[in-house]
Amino acid sequence: YQSHCTKSIGDGLGRQCFKKSEVECLIRLFHSLVERANVRLNNFGLDRNAFRAILHSVFGMTDDMLMNRVFFAFDKDNDNCINAKEWVKGLSVFLRGTFEEKLKFCFEVYYLNGDGYISQEEIFDMLKNSLHQQSSEEETDEGIRELVDITLKKMDYDNDGKISFADFEKAVKEDKLLLEVFGPCLPEAKVECQQLKLVKGTF
Amino acid sequence: MGVALTRSAQWTAAGYGTRTLEITPLNEVILKEIAMFVESFIYKHPQEAKYVFVEPLEWKTNLDPSAFESGYIVSETTVKSEEVDKDGQPLLFLSVPHIKIRSLGQLSRLLLIAKDRKLKEAQACIKDYEFSNGCRAPPWRQIHGEICYVLVKPHDVETLCVTCSTEGVFLNGGKTEDEGEINYERKSEMYKDLVTFLKEKSAKFSENMSKQDIRFTEEWKKENEEPKEVPKKEEADALPKAFLASSKNILEKNQINFGKIQMTKRLEPTLNWKATVDFKKHKSLLRNTQEKKHGGRLGRSGPPVSPGRAQLVRKSAEKIEEILSDSSSENEEDEEPPDRRQEANADLPSEYWQIQKLVKYLKGGNQTATVIALRSMKDFNLAQETCQLAIRDVGGLEVLINLLDTDEVKCKIGSLKILKEISHNPQIRRNIVDLGGLPVMVNILDSPHKSLKCLAAETIANVAKFRRARRAVRHHGGITKLVALLDCAQSSAKPAQSSLYDARDVEVARCGALALWSCSKSNANKEAIRQAGGIPLLAHLLKTSHENMLIPVVGTLQECASEENYRAAIKAERIIENLVKNLNSENEQLQEQCAMAIYQCAEDKETRDLVRLHGGLKPLASLLNNTDNKERLAAVTGAIWKCSISKENATKFREYEAIETLVGLLTDQPEEVLVNVVGALGECCQEYENRVLVRKCGGLQPLVNLLVGINQTLLVNVTKAVGACAVEPESMMIIDRLDGVRLLWSLLKNPHPDVKASAAWALCPCIQNAKDAGEMVRCFVGGLEFIVNLLKSDNKEVLASVCAAITNIAKDQENLAAITDLGVVPLLSKLANTNNDKLRRHLAEAISRCCMWGRNRVAFGEYKAVAPLVRYLKSNDANVHRATAQALYQLSEDADNCITIHENGAVKLQLFWISFHFCSHAGRILYLLLLGMIGSSDQDLQEAAAGCISNIRRLALAIDKARYT
Repeated sequence: YQSHCTKSIGDGLGRQCFKKSEVECLIRLFHSLVERANVRLNNFGLDRNAFRAILHSVFGMTDDMLMNRVFFAFDKDNDNCINAKEWVKGLSVFLRGTFEEKLKFCFEVYYLNGDGYISQEEIFDMLKNSLHQQSSEEETDEGIRELVDITLKKMDYDNDGKISFADFEKAVKEDKLLLEVFGPCLPEAKVECQQLKLVKGTF
Repeated sequence: MGVALTRSAQWTAAGYGTRTLEITPLNEVILKEIAMFVESFIYKHPQEAKYVFVEPLEWKTNLDPSAFESGYIVSETTVKSEEVDKDGQPLLFLSVPHIKIRSLGQLSRLLLIAKDRKLKEAQACIKDYEFSNGCRAPPWRQIHGEICYVLVKPHDVETLCVTCSTEGVFLNGGKTEDEGEINYERKSEMYKDLVTFLKEKSAKFSENMSKQDIRFTEEWKKENEEPKEVPKKEEADALPKAFLASSKNILEKNQINFGKIQMTKRLEPTLNWKATVDFKKHKSLLRNTQEKKHGGRLGRSGPPVSPGRAQLVRKSAEKIEEILSDSSSENEEDEEPPDRRQEANADLPSEYWQIQKLVKYLKGGNQTATVIALRSMKDFNLAQETCQLAIRDVGGLEVLINLLDTDEVKCKIGSLKILKEISHNPQIRRNIVDLGGLPVMVNILDSPHKSLKCLAAETIANVAKFRRARRAVRHHGGITKLVALLDCAQSSAKPAQSSLYDARDVEVARCGALALWSCSKSNANKEAIRQAGGIPLLAHLLKTSHENMLIPVVGTLQECASEENYRAAIKAERIIENLVKNLNSENEQLQEQCAMAIYQCAEDKETRDLVRLHGGLKPLASLLNNTDNKERLAAVTGAIWKCSISKENATKFREYEAIETLVGLLTDQPEEVLVNVVGALGECCQEYENRVLVRKCGGLQPLVNLLVGINQTLLVNVTKAVGACAVEPESMMIIDRLDGVRLLWSLLKNPHPDVKASAAWALCPCIQNAKDAGEMVRCFVGGLEFIVNLLKSDNKEVLASVCAAITNIAKDQENLAAITDLGVVPLLSKLANTNNDKLRRHLAEAISRCCMWGRNRVAFGEYKAVAPLVRYLKSNDANVHRATAQALYQLSEDADNCITIHENGAVKLQLFWISFHFCSHAGRILYLLLLGMIGSSDQDLQEAAAGCISNIRRLALAIDKARYT
């Protein structure tokens, strides 16, 4: 099963990705994680909770909402479960992704309702917790609304009140700092290095 | 047990403070208790009293060594206890006024010895106590990074018990019921420094602080202007009053409330508060305050960037070093500019409010909000002063610098991008340094993140434009790290593959070089760069072809080339070759820097030859034709000047038609260019062809015109150039017609000795080649008197040049008679006892010329000029011998002088000297003359020596005859 899996997944990945041995390693890792998480269910995937736990412990992510969104971005077939293929694909972006792949991935994480745009409301949602409580709740809300305005002003090039992929791409290409503008959804550079070592090394 | 005492002592220390605090009854009680406890310790616990401390207690004592009696080895300034530890080290060691004690037993004895002064000693001991690492926190808290504890009572809120730790400043649990204990637990967020903390906690403090900022700057300025007039004590007293009106209340209150844990000492507001952000270096606030007092005024060019113990000791020396060490202070903004702040509410631009809001989000936001706010801030026009100052005035600088200390790479990048832009503003630079921004940026230079490194280095390059900042970079190890950045490009590829360098590595090296360029304006940094191995790395980078990087690399090199060891290294590392190569670059700035570097190095003959051998003269000559870029023109003409000191180079410049161009540059150029152009012409005109060329191109008129300037360097060069031209009789006619001689003569009155000397030298060829020189000289009313009086100068070069001028003047009998009347003989005689060979030569020539009048020969003898002159023959300079032989010949015409010469053993000396310096021209001739084998080519010397010796012989014979008959 495993070698078959490796082959089919390996075919689906771009050139810049993992070597065969690394894919195998990732799959072994996946299975051990699935086993650990779902002993009872005999499931071949990671559910949302298990995946979030991994995001937290391995990739150092902390924001619940963003972790959910990352889960949905990983879960291409929307079955609420991440299978081996989705796992390897997702990790290839995480660990070896080109700038374009990361750009696409981040955009996917940020637009949730599937219409291809990041709306003003979505931005507000994502930035909801980005300010420490000010003296009053209204003040905090006002601050967040302001941050939303700032980002829209910066990134909404076609002035339609929402951010399209083209907007997003243009803005991020101008300043890479905007890649994770609405919250961290990629592993930190430090973690990334460690993880790469893990994948390369023995697992 | 030792720890227990130090604990209580250390805490009490704060209660005591220093002179500025009164001794309260409570404190006195504590002190007495301690003294009693210690004093009786040796009796009550004799066993424990013998325990040797790991670290000695140290303080400055008032006790005199004579107070110690039995049990101590006493000398005039030191005392050692006979009691020693197992290594034989005395347990008490006093070296006035420092005392070190290493057991409680010795401490007990000391207090007994001190008698009525024991309280003072106890206080001194406790006050000076500090853990060797500079911390005041007890050791078991130090492992948590805590440094000291401070009690603060602001106007508007309750007393705050604060912990200062390496992480920052935070509120702790306050004092506990258990007397002398603190609840160490953290109760608040972590703040960067005490000021930030207090600003956050107390609105009043925040308000006062911003008011005081302005006042302090003004006061500093005032103090700096009249440093001796404000007594130190007054300053220490007055500032706190101005600062926090309630500080006195606080002190009293705390002393009553807090017994042993009073830390009120640290309440004393000091100017240094703003600078104490750097807790990481284990420096306590208290230390800082003391330091300020001990360091005194010398160290106060501004708040120390990072106060530290080492700095304390070095402070005054440092200041002097900095004064001496700046190679280019005149074009640096080293005087602190007035700190301008936008007045509150006075028509603030809308940017101000927007930026204020963004700073609020920076302060109160998580990483995401911070990045958004930073990104948005970057969209403001950061090159505009309004925005730069707005960021500062709303407290943005603190936050930006704080962000550099976090682990968030994105925040650091965002923050540095802003700092990099706004640090173009001189005021912001100073603010960044005051807020301790440099050490943090220096730390970032170690980051594995390349773009982060680059940004930090670029920002440092902007900030390090003034002395204090450059010093701070060095003191925090920045130079070594910056030099390490240069290595980036090298580790990955061999020079041959330079084109394959990773662009990012090149960028890192470029930014490193950029920062080093700024830093290299201080001499101490030049040395630090060299010691960090910077020269070979710079030399290596110079071989690459990245223009952007080459500019700062060459810039650093040319800045450093003011140092001799750099010039030697530049020669050794084959840097000249690459400098010459880059002269051919298209980039004007690069050309300029290369020319500057050549200018700096070409004082050395070998280097000048290297420039020629590598084909550097031609590009230099062709760069002369582009005169729009004045900076570059100044650098290029400077390089040409220094290179043309070598004759071969001057010839080459003629071939490249540089002489004509240089003559064209004698008008309508800024002074920096003129100095170099004239300097170059002065050197080139040492050659006949060039002199003719200058005349033919009409160079004499503009040169003579420049004789009326006031720039000293320019005048030195102009006089030299005019002098060089005057060697040609035809040119001399023109110069005379243009009134050049009179102008030169009047320059003898210039206050600057270099100008005087240069003018006198220039006069020599003028007098030699003028048609009716005697008449010309006599025309200058009072001129002869003036030049004779210049023999009273104490500058050797002036004396030598004036002697030379007098030699020429004296060729005219009438003038010789005149200067004799003006007392030239005694004045020349007075100079005879000199060791300076240049002066000796020209003095001897002047003397021999002056002998030709009246009874001057006899007068020289009377004024005791003869005997010293005889000793000149011991010199190693052939020119001196030649001139001396001539002078002695003239003098030996007088019988008395002959005896003096004979007595002083001229003949013997010559023989003695000949045996050692056989090859010397004059020596050989004399030797030949003495052997009667006349055949020298130097007619003058031959005759002089022969005449001299025959005179002496004749006299000797006459004397012998007289004796034996």
